[in-house]
Amino acid sequence: MNLTRRSVLGIGGLAAAATLSACGSNSGLGGSSSSAPASGAASAGGVTLAQWYHEYGEAGVKEAVEKYASEYTAATVQVKWNTGDYGKTLAAQLLTDDVPDVFEVEQGGSLDMIRAGQLADLTDLIAPVKDDFNDAVMKRFTFGDKVHGIPQTIDMQLLYYRPSVLKAAGVNPPTTFEELVTAANAVATGDMGGFFAGNDGGIGILGTLLVWASGHTQLDDARTQAAFLTDDFYAALSAYRSFFQTKGLLKAASAEWHSGAPFVNGETAMQWGGLWSLPDIVAAHGEDVGVLPFPKIGAGGRPAVPFGAFGACVAAKGKNVEAAKDFVKWLWIDQTEKQVDFSNSYGTHIPARKSLVAKAGKLASGPGAEAAKLVAECGYANDIMWSGPLGETYSANVSNIVKDGKDPKEAFAGFAEQVAAELEKLKA
Amino acid sequence: MTRHRGGLWFAAFTAPFAVGLLIFVYVPIVWSAWLSLFEARSTLTPTKFVGFENYQALLADPLFRDSLVVFAAFALVIVPLTYVCSLGLALLLNGLKWGQAFFRSVFFIPTAVSYVVAALVWRFGFFPGTRFGLVNSLIRSLGGESVNWLGGGNNLYWVALVSVRLWLQSGFYMILFIAGLQRIPPETYEAAALDGAHGWRVLRYITLPQLRATSAAVIMLLLINAFQAFDEFYNLLGSIGSYPPYGRPPLVHLYLTALGGGQQNLGMGGAGTMILASIIVLFGLAQNWVLNRGRR
Repeated sequence: MNLTRRSVLGIGGLAAAATLSACGSNSGLGGSSSSAPASGAASAGGVTLAQWYHEYGEAGVKEAVEKYASEYTAATVQVKWNTGDYGKTLAAQLLTDDVPDVFEVEQGGSLDMIRAGQLADLTDLIAPVKDDFNDAVMKRFTFGDKVHGIPQTIDMQLLYYRPSVLKAAGVNPPTTFEELVTAANAVATGDMGGFFAGNDGGIGILGTLLVWASGHTQLDDARTQAAFLTDDFYAALSAYRSFFQTKGLLKAASAEWHSGAPFVNGETAMQWGGLWSLPDIVAAHGEDVGVLPFPKIGAGGRPAVPFGAFGACVAAKGKNVEAAKDFVKWLWIDQTEKQVDFSNSYGTHIPARKSLVAKAGKLASGPGAEAAKLVAECGYANDIMWSGPLGETYSANVSNIVKDGKDPKEAFAGFAEQVAAELEKLKA
Repeated sequence: MTRHRGGLWFAAFTAPFAVGLLIFVYVPIVWSAWLSLFEARSTLTPTKFVGFENYQALLADPLFRDSLVVFAAFALVIVPLTYVCSLGLALLLNGLKWGQAFFRSVFFIPTAVSYVVAALVWRFGFFPGTRFGLVNSLIRSLGGESVNWLGGGNNLYWVALVSVRLWLQSGFYMILFIAGLQRIPPETYEAAALDGAHGWRVLRYITLPQLRATSAAVIMLLLINAFQAFDEFYNLLGSIGSYPPYGRPPLVHLYLTALGGGQQNLGMGGAGTMILASIIVLFGLAQNWVLNRGRR
């Protein structure tokens, strides 16, 4: 179970959920702890750096990052492992004078952090190897031609399906939304649902996917207005509304979408889930597992998967900014073996660098290999200016349309103005 | 001399609390009020004064306005319901000849349970929409169909929201009422019995008036608690990174829009806090006014 990585992928950038329910096995038991550096102080040149991580759910990550830090010789690096709501802890700490030198941030830094000048500019650091990083991730990590975080590893969501079940029902793996609806209804029985994407009917997690899969982006290139309020988009919402009313969409299961459990337990033949669940799913169903992106919806549609990545950032007002940058360069740019280890040895993740994907054993064949391709081909992430209030209004509208049958155009009336006003404010 | 020393003792005992109150309650309130007038993103010392813009933005937000309705509806249901249940339990237990301590503990124990834990038990044990949830199993065994309790599209999530809080807090207020009941002089009841009063008349003309002070405190506490509701809503209805538009109290809404995703829109958060604080103060004043009026 891996809580915070999942939350990277949260819709609307609202990764606020560290205390949330469904993740009992990773509820942050045990307090934060600092580990003493293993490297001798003598070799450290007197500089001590504090490095912050959030709590990774997979066993062994903490030991691994401590080991990486201890192998660095140019400075003493003290790793702090933050349990609980990392995003809030970090944001609050960055307001003080006592900031961590190096820390990981979702999607390589929030707009607020960049605007407040909390993050050091790492553009020059990554420049020589920039092209080797996943293009979609790099695009998301770049704001105003600057990069403030070095991508560590990539997480993504995707559609899992049981080839045998689909075959028995005489349907093919869906490549369009209509086919998904048909397939889901063809395989649904009293005991097994067709498609599951969360106990909210999938609205929370699939909401923004409808923007991308119907061929749009959230904002225009200049980031001055919403770029998806078209008839195609409204038609996509109506299509999802119709799907919601059929038995093919499973609306309640034993766990949320971010757990592989409903799929593993045979509660559903297809499930929207995270790549992190792949080991559990393969363990349960063996060869009988296929993965797909969210299918294209409508005439102008295209397949889509959301991705998320933590980026290693340096505090601009830290006491040893240059030493911190050197360390980040060493760990997340130079030490490729450690980067592969980090992505591949604890759960399933995709290395952020293209040249390293082939070295990650879990992505060598089967569904893992398929998944690794998807991020580069059709990966999307929330725009950095897609702020909390926008995400909230957006998913509320989607919920009102899908669950209560509100007319899409009416529900989104006024949203264009809200987006424009919010963007104006964010740019000021 | 003694008076002087009394003053010192008074200071020694009250100062820590006064200082704590000042630092952790009053300073934040004033600071929030100040922040609410600024564009304050990721800073506690903003420079861009925006007047009442944050207030305007919030009050123009339909989700925030809806959340105020949820807030009021929840308070209107849970306050009288808890009042009646805890008073009822208190009256029942107070009349018990034996086993009072046992039942008092039984009903009080839920108070010690965390809202988060209880919400999770309600969510995954009693009210999941799956066929194997406890309530749904019961319904199915009686020949019904599974009900999607928390998934929206209906208002059934209120059943879970109200029942979990009722279960959690009734025991505590029951204890307050028992304490209040035991302070009513038995002579009053004896006199009433001699005059032939019994049953409802005793409750109406003796017990309830004698409990006025306790009732006022209980209602005020219930109201404030209802207005501060967050835990059970968030844990019953929220999912990682998302929360439905329905059943969304203001604190959840502010948490998501002002503090969601690592962002810190402290100006907006401050404005929301001020609006909520003023509503609670208004309710408190109104309640005081009503109770005082009844006394005359």
